Amino acid sequence: MKYLGIELPKPKVAVFGFTGCEGCQLQLANNEQNLKDLFELVEVVDFRLISSDKLGGYDIAFVEGSITTDSDVEALKAIRAQAKLLVATGACACLGGVNNLRERFPLPDAVAEVYGEHKIESGQVRRVADVVPADIELPGCPISKLEFEWLVRQLVMGVEPQFPRYPVCVECKQRINTCVMDMGILCLGPITRAGCNAVCPRNRAGCWGCRGPSEEANYESLVEILREHGFSEAHIAERVSFFNAFSGNQVLPVLE
Amino acid sequence: MKVAVNQPVQIEVEHIARVEGHGNIKIRVEDGQLIECSWEVVETPRFFEKMFQGLSIEAAPLLAARVCGICSISHALASVRAIERGLGVEIPAMAKSVRLLAKHAETLQSHALHLFFLVAPDLLGVGSVIPLMKTHPELIEIATRIKRYANEASDLFAGRTSHPMVFKIGGTTQRPRKSQLLSLREDLAETAPYLWDALEAFKDINLPDFERETEYVSLGGNGDYPFIGGDLVSSDGVRKSEDEYRAMTNEYMVDHSTSKFAKLSRASFAVGALSRFNNNFEGLHPIAKEVAQELGLQSRIDNPYFHNLAQLVECFHVLYESKELIDELIDSPDYEVATAYEIRACEGVSAIEAPRGILYHYYQINKQGLIERADCVIPTGQNHANIQHDLEALVTQMTAEGREESEISLSAQMLVRAYDPCISCSVH
Repeated sequence: MKYLGIELPKPKVAVFGFTGCEGCQLQLANNEQNLKDLFELVEVVDFRLISSDKLGGYDIAFVEGSITTDSDVEALKAIRAQAKLLVATGACACLGGVNNLRERFPLPDAVAEVYGEHKIESGQVRRVADVVPADIELPGCPISKLEFEWLVRQLVMGVEPQFPRYPVCVECKQRINTCVMDMGILCLGPITRAGCNAVCPRNRAGCWGCRGPSEEANYESLVEILREHGFSEAHIAERVSFFNAFSGNQVLPVLE
Repeated sequence: MKVAVNQPVQIEVEHIARVEGHGNIKIRVEDGQLIECSWEVVETPRFFEKMFQGLSIEAAPLLAARVCGICSISHALASVRAIERGLGVEIPAMAKSVRLLAKHAETLQSHALHLFFLVAPDLLGVGSVIPLMKTHPELIEIATRIKRYANEASDLFAGRTSHPMVFKIGGTTQRPRKSQLLSLREDLAETAPYLWDALEAFKDINLPDFERETEYVSLGGNGDYPFIGGDLVSSDGVRKSEDEYRAMTNEYMVDHSTSKFAKLSRASFAVGALSRFNNNFEGLHPIAKEVAQELGLQSRIDNPYFHNLAQLVECFHVLYESKELIDELIDSPDYEVATAYEIRACEGVSAIEAPRGILYHYYQINKQGLIERADCVIPTGQNHANIQHDLEALVTQMTAEGREESEISLSAQMLVRAYDPCISCSVH
C-alpha cells in the first residue's frame, strides 16, 4: 500500500492469548467494516482464534492475557525472541487485570475452592512486563478497537504512538456528560488514563480504572472528592483494586 | 476417498484453531480399532469462583462479564439476575426489554462470528476468513452487515460489545433514547435482507453425514423460546426449577481437562442452539420457523454439525423478535429504569441461555452485601463430555468407512467447531 506516494512496509502480525477471556482478541476481529483495510496494512500470519493457518515469522506480536503458568512463561519468552515489537494487549496483559483478584488468596485455597483434591497447574498472576519487556502497552478491559486501529496505523507509518496522558474526565467533559459522581455513582475517571471515550460514565456506570493511571494522577484529591460524596473506604478500596490498575496502590495509602 | 481399512490413523491437533480458548484433539486408530480418542481442555484456570469471594454484589456482574469476551452479556445477566433473585428484586418492565434486547444482540453477534468467521472457512476449504475477503467478498459483506447491526445493538442495550456495564442490580443504568431506538430500528430493517442472503449462502452447504442420539438440555419454553430464566428441561423428560441447577448439571472432574464435565440422564448431554431448537421449536418466531422449513429442518435433529444451522435459524428468531421489542420500547411510556433494593443475607441462582447453551450463576451473599460463595456452570463445560462421545462415534464410523487420516482430522475439528466451544469460559 502507498501513502503520499511512499510504499509502506507491510509488517507481519501475530496474535497470542494467555490467561484471559479472549475479549481483546475478539475486539481485534470485531470492527468488520474496517477489517479489509486493516489486512491491507498488515499481514496476519498467526491468529489462532480466527485462523488455522500458521505462516511463520512475524514482526509484531499482540499478546493478550496474564501469565500464570510455567508453560506460559516459556511460550512468552519464545514470542519475545521472535517479535521485533511486542504489544501487551488489554488489562490482563498490562496490569494483571481482574485475574489479580485471585491473588487476595493463597493459590492452594483457590485450587481447593474450584477443583477440590484435583491437581491443577497454575502459578502467580503476572503481567507481560513482569516476564519479558513489552514495547507497547495497549490498555483497557476490553481494549478499544478504534485505539487498536489507530495504533496499527502509527506502527505502519513509523510514528511512535502517544497514548493520552490526561484522565477520562477530560473525554467525559468533551462529551458534555453530566458527572456521574453528582448522581451518586463512584467513578475513577479523575485518575484513569483516557482513550476509551469515557464509555462507562457515558453509560452512567462510573469508571473502574481498567486503563491504568493517567499521568500525575492526584490521588489525594480523588479520595477527598469520593469522601465528600459519601463513598465508604471499603467501596473505594474495592474499586481501585478491581483491575489492579493502581498497583503499588497509590490510593490505598491515602485511605489509611 | 477410500483406502485400506487397516491403515493406522494418528492425529494430534494441538490448540485447535477457530475456537475460543485452548483445546487439543488426540486420535489413534490401529488395525481398525480405536485406541485413543480424546478431547483435552488445556486452558489455564483463572479461579473465578474464588475471585468472587469478598467482592460486593455491585462488582459481581462486572467480574462475571470477564469470564468470557464473547458471551460477556450472558455472564453479566446471569450474575445480576442471580443476585436479584436472591434479594427478591423484581425489575421494571423496561429493564426487562432492554436486557432481552442486549441478549439477542449478543446471540446474533456470536452466531454470526461463528458461522462466517469460524465455520465458513471449513466449508470453503480455506484456513481462515482472510482469503475469503478476496475470493468471496459478497459473503464478507453479509457477515459485516449482520455483525455491524449486532455490535450497534450491543452498544445501545449493553453499553458496548464486550463487558457490559449497564446491568445494575434492580434494572439498568438508563433508558435508551427514542432517537437511538428509531435509528437502530432503521438499521435493523436494512440488515434483515443480508440475513436472508446468509440463508441463501448456507442453504446448500454439505455438512458431514453423522448422527448420534443424545440428551438435549435447555431452558423450557411454554410456547415461547426462552433466553432469560425459567424451568430447566431435557429431551429425556427431566424438568427442574432454576434453583435445582446442580441436579441438572452434576459436574465432575476428568484427568485430561482443566474444565469440569457434566452429565444428567446418560453419559453426556448437549446444550446450545441445537438443544434449544430441539426442545423449544414450537416457540420460535414464525419467520424463524419458516427459515427452518426452507433449510429442511424439523425438530428433532441428532447430527451435531447441525448446531450451525440451528444457529442460523436463531439469528432470524433474535433479529425479528428484536424488531418487535424495539417497536414496543419506542412507544412505551415506561421510564422507570431500576427498582430500589435492600441488602440482606441470601442465596440466588440464575439460568441464562448464552449463545453456546445454558449458563448458571449462583451466589451466596452475606448481610453486608458481599459474596461469600460463587458457582458458575458454563455451557461448554456441559458440552465437553458430549463432544468426547461424538468424537469417538465419528472416528469409529469414519474408520469403518475407510476414510483417510486428513479427512478424519478435518471432520473431527469441524465437529468440535460445530459446538462453537468457548473453552476459556468453560475453565474460568
